[in-house]
Amino acid sequence: MTETPCVFVDVQRGGPSTGLPTLPAQADMMQARWGSHGDYQVIALCPNSPQECFDLTIRAFNLAEQFRVPVLFMMDEVVGHMTEKVVIPTADQIEVVERKHTRKSTAEYLPYATNGDLVPEMAHAGEGYKFHVTGLTHDERGYPNMTAAVQEKLVTRLQNKVRDAHEQIDLWEEEDLELAEVVVISYGITSRVAQRAIEVARRRGLHIGKLRLISAWPFPERKIRELARTVKALVVPELNLGQMVHEVERAAGGACRVLGVPHAGGGVHRPDDILGAIVEAVQ
Amino acid sequence: MSAVNPVETFLRMDRIPHIWCPGCGIGTTVNCFARALLDSKIDLDSVALVSGIGCTGRVAGYVKLDSFHTTHGRAIPFATGLKLANPKLNVIVYSGDGDLAAIGGNHLIHAARRNVDLKVICVNNLTYAMTGGQTAPTTPEHAITSTSPYGTFEPAFNLPHLLEAAGAVYVARWTTFHVRQLARSMAEVFQKKGFCFVEVLSPCPTLYQRRNKMGDGLDTMKFYKEKSKVRNGAPTGEVGLTLNGEIAVGKFVDRDRPDYASLMRSQLAGTLGERYVEPEQVCS
Repeated sequence: MTETPCVFVDVQRGGPSTGLPTLPAQADMMQARWGSHGDYQVIALCPNSPQECFDLTIRAFNLAEQFRVPVLFMMDEVVGHMTEKVVIPTADQIEVVERKHTRKSTAEYLPYATNGDLVPEMAHAGEGYKFHVTGLTHDERGYPNMTAAVQEKLVTRLQNKVRDAHEQIDLWEEEDLELAEVVVISYGITSRVAQRAIEVARRRGLHIGKLRLISAWPFPERKIRELARTVKALVVPELNLGQMVHEVERAAGGACRVLGVPHAGGGVHRPDDILGAIVEAVQ
Repeated sequence: MSAVNPVETFLRMDRIPHIWCPGCGIGTTVNCFARALLDSKIDLDSVALVSGIGCTGRVAGYVKLDSFHTTHGRAIPFATGLKLANPKLNVIVYSGDGDLAAIGGNHLIHAARRNVDLKVICVNNLTYAMTGGQTAPTTPEHAITSTSPYGTFEPAFNLPHLLEAAGAVYVARWTTFHVRQLARSMAEVFQKKGFCFVEVLSPCPTLYQRRNKMGDGLDTMKFYKEKSKVRNGAPTGEVGLTLNGEIAVGKFVDRDRPDYASLMRSQLAGTLGERYVEPEQVCS
């Protein structure tokens, strides 16, 4: 539990095991969320284009620095191998968020004490703070203290530092949600396949909205909950046999139908598969 | 007036008593380490100590330094990161044989191959002590452990041989009987550039010595005294440990070759010319 800012890139291929080297899947979404033992929060981002790979990589490092958590960069094989025009801004146009470095004296500094936003200030080795970091459950000094009370305090903080800040983290792209009967929720490469299905459905006169998840974890559940109250159904295509769709169901809480469009990976959906689900959802 | 032990300055006294068993040698090695720091007059602000998991892994929690108690086997990658991010740090890896040579074995040989400027203190108690005394890659053949009640039959690693072959520039072995020699070796590696490895044979009376009917901590000191032979410069291929045989101790390897940072600097500065930026300038 070093709370070290770090970014992991997962260009998802089909699995389990060696699976499909290298064909697409989106089947690591739950592994990204729950890959370690214990209770904790991570942040996960899902780009769907080379431009977003560039922009969101910067965002991923900024979020890691701001919240001192692992940020999972959840690409898929197609997005990972995609070639498109990318606009790279000049360095002075790139926002860089630095971690909070302590201003406290060596005598005052407590490595895991927090002040308001639940993210402790960092010191760096070699600055004279002589701090201790451990993977064991620890108190504000960083000293191991393996009691239920300290565990409760520490793990609650690790959860809440991300949960409480979800509005700063949440990122999605939305289109025509207000009048929609059905909204297609997707992410990564599947959002680009879904775009075709949405356009065909609209040409047939259907009111279809689009919600593309750009941040997947923490899951934007409030947005989904609100949406579920205004639509007939949510359609969730993804390159797995049901992962984020269960999060959508949980957030919808029975307020509308939720239709998954599963695909085991190795390719992408045919737009018609998603269109079929949209047509079914409208009825 | 009460006398203060000179090593107390180097310890987090608010964390004492420690968790180690009576007769365990890890505390003795920490004492030697503190004395080596004291003798070498090294700036303590510049020293970072990294441990992995296990009984020796707890050392990081007791020393008053920037100290990191990391995950199983990952002390060396963590330490490598510290050293790369801040080349001015003196980075010590202080961990056990199970952590360094088993789960962390790959990190160990590759850091030695790269000659990363790390000082590795490996306390070898010949077993996985914290988890109940299972057979480790260092357990001598025929020893009784909790997972080999009829005796082990796996050949063990000869750590000095492994580390010399992998590229370490300094390889020594002592036992916890050899406190002065050990402290001297530790002080020596603080001054040496590159990947240095000091193996310290240390008793685990609770799990290893007891099962092998080798007595308590004091009996083990007598055993070390009787069986040890100083063989400085001995070919490392000949210093493997056996259950009851000779324990070769001494400095086996002391050589020089460019460390990882110098190799990186010469390669990148050579290729990039004026565009090359020193890591210190990037990380500051």
